[in-house]
Amino acid sequence: MQPILSVQDLSVTFGPKQGPRLLPAVSGVSLDLRRGEILGLVGESGSGKSVTLRSIPGLTRHYGTLAGKVMWEGRDLVAMSDASLRPILGKDIAMIFQEPMTALNPLLTVGVQITESLKAHTTLDARARIRRAVEVLDLVGIPGAAGRLDDYPHQFSGGMRQRVMIAIALASTPKLLLADEPTTALDVTIQAQILDLIAQLARDFDMGVILVTHDLGVVAQSCDRVAVMYAGRIVEEGTVRAVLGNPRHPYTNGLMRSVPQDVPPRTELFSIPGTPPSLWNMPPGCAFAPRCARATAHCTAEVPPLSALEAGHLAACHCPLGATQ
Amino acid sequence: MTEPVLKIDDLHVRFPLGRSLMDRLQGRPGRVVSALNGVTLELFRGETLGVVGESGCGKSTLARALVRLNTPSSGTILHEGRDIFVRPEISYHRRVQMMFQDPHSSLNPRMTCGQILAEALTVHRMCNPDRVPARIAELLELVRLPQDAAGKLPHQFSGGQRQRIAIARALSVEPEILVADELVSALDVSVQAQVVNLLLDLQQRLGLTILFVAHDLRLVRHVSNRVAVIYLGRIVEIGDSESVFRMPVHPYSRALLSAAPSLNPDERGKADRLQGELPSPLNIPSGCPFHLRCPLATERCKLERPALRPVAGRGEVACHLSEEIANAQ
Repeated sequence: MQPILSVQDLSVTFGPKQGPRLLPAVSGVSLDLRRGEILGLVGESGSGKSVTLRSIPGLTRHYGTLAGKVMWEGRDLVAMSDASLRPILGKDIAMIFQEPMTALNPLLTVGVQITESLKAHTTLDARARIRRAVEVLDLVGIPGAAGRLDDYPHQFSGGMRQRVMIAIALASTPKLLLADEPTTALDVTIQAQILDLIAQLARDFDMGVILVTHDLGVVAQSCDRVAVMYAGRIVEEGTVRAVLGNPRHPYTNGLMRSVPQDVPPRTELFSIPGTPPSLWNMPPGCAFAPRCARATAHCTAEVPPLSALEAGHLAACHCPLGATQ
Repeated sequence: MTEPVLKIDDLHVRFPLGRSLMDRLQGRPGRVVSALNGVTLELFRGETLGVVGESGCGKSTLARALVRLNTPSSGTILHEGRDIFVRPEISYHRRVQMMFQDPHSSLNPRMTCGQILAEALTVHRMCNPDRVPARIAELLELVRLPQDAAGKLPHQFSGGQRQRIAIARALSVEPEILVADELVSALDVSVQAQVVNLLLDLQQRLGLTILFVAHDLRLVRHVSNRVAVIYLGRIVEIGDSESVFRMPVHPYSRALLSAAPSLNPDERGKADRLQGELPSPLNIPSGCPFHLRCPLATERCKLERPALRPVAGRGEVACHLSEEIANAQ
């Protein structure tokens, strides 16, 4: 099946264009997303997962330099001007953010914020826009939707605000939803509700979703495929079952093992020694090599390419962990 | 582990909001946030008590009350038989230490790590002034920070290292009880594991009692001996950590504990989903505070508040139906 979104060799650097040192936030990331698929993008803070997501609709282009291609319906979003991007963003590609209180305008009612995007992207008249707003609020599970259009964001709880964000994103039936840690600020009980909602909407509307998160549990419970990022690169990619069930990259394996699940209580947890490298000062070769128990001389000399180990399972490692079956 | 070091009895903490103009015009009394509504708890020497609950349930208020950062509106906290709010022992503030969630705001940005530790040591006169540098070196060693850390400012450390400084600061005054309010929540998974390992190791070596407040259920399960589940300022279930996590009795604990996303993709969609959200602590429902979201609620639950009582073979549960649920499991 043809992917709806294809990110090809995307690199993002920050800093002055002619400056002596550029900060390589993302280096050579390639991703494909099919319709109705939920792709998880996981990594620790500073791994470049949010920058990758934000670069897809070009949100980082004003303070960073993008290289590579983001192919969307045969066109390269990176090369397009702001004016030609405008009809796509908010209509075909929608985004939801981590902190709904800062992403929503506190001075406008949620009704105005939902109909705003309909006004820009559709030919619906005012009455039809309000009908649609009630419809989407209903869809995301806000009780008494018609009565809440005139409410302001502060009148909603955290979970409800995130639902409003999703409603705004859904108003113009996007084909791609970019979700940047949508449940990190929420409680586990509410997180479960929101993830169920996103999964159901992806299924019902055949919408592709890229879900950025740092929680492997969230990935296991809601995504179809997952890409693990470390220091600006994808180090492992594949179906959720393959990657979480049988991680081949030592970093993914370390992440999985540091989660206290199915380990005897009050025993020492596995932890990856050291800390992630500074992007200003990247080690030569594989960025994970200084923390890796399996590192060889080859690892510190050459960056390992992301290559297929088996069908649908890629890892960027010179000496990947074996397949365990 | 038989002797309680802290006895919390029927603790209530209320935060009055003050009367707004509308309240005055309509002649209403000011509104009150009821953060804790009668928490009774014993903390035993050498144990780790985990406290879990949704945000706004009062778990941080409880932690802060233990170090006297919040004043209760009624109820007592007894430490070695003395009420800490009426006549605390002089050494109470040394013996009970708190560690905070945000490593960026809990350390003074203009003091070096060494100054932060030296301040704690000199204020409590922990050692002879000329022994201070040696003691700092010991503490850094204890929390596995490099020796040159003493001369650095907090911004020169990573989040995990800053939490180590916070742990070192708490340990510098040789406390008996550590109150950890979301100690590792702001850290990445791999760093989280390092800090948790350190905490468990230090507890064993120094015989510390820890109150571990966190919203990460897997982590609480891992570190705790006992665990208390809090809902709207009340304990709804408390008991041995493994038993509570494996077979929770209270419908709220069951829903909360199953909401933690499992790493196994095959367990998708198996959890009980909780409907609705936490009611506002400004306006707590009558009867059992959980009855609005509870799938098993009966008429009785709407009228009568269940008391926390022991259930055979389990911990203590505040639910009218706890025996039926426990027997059905």
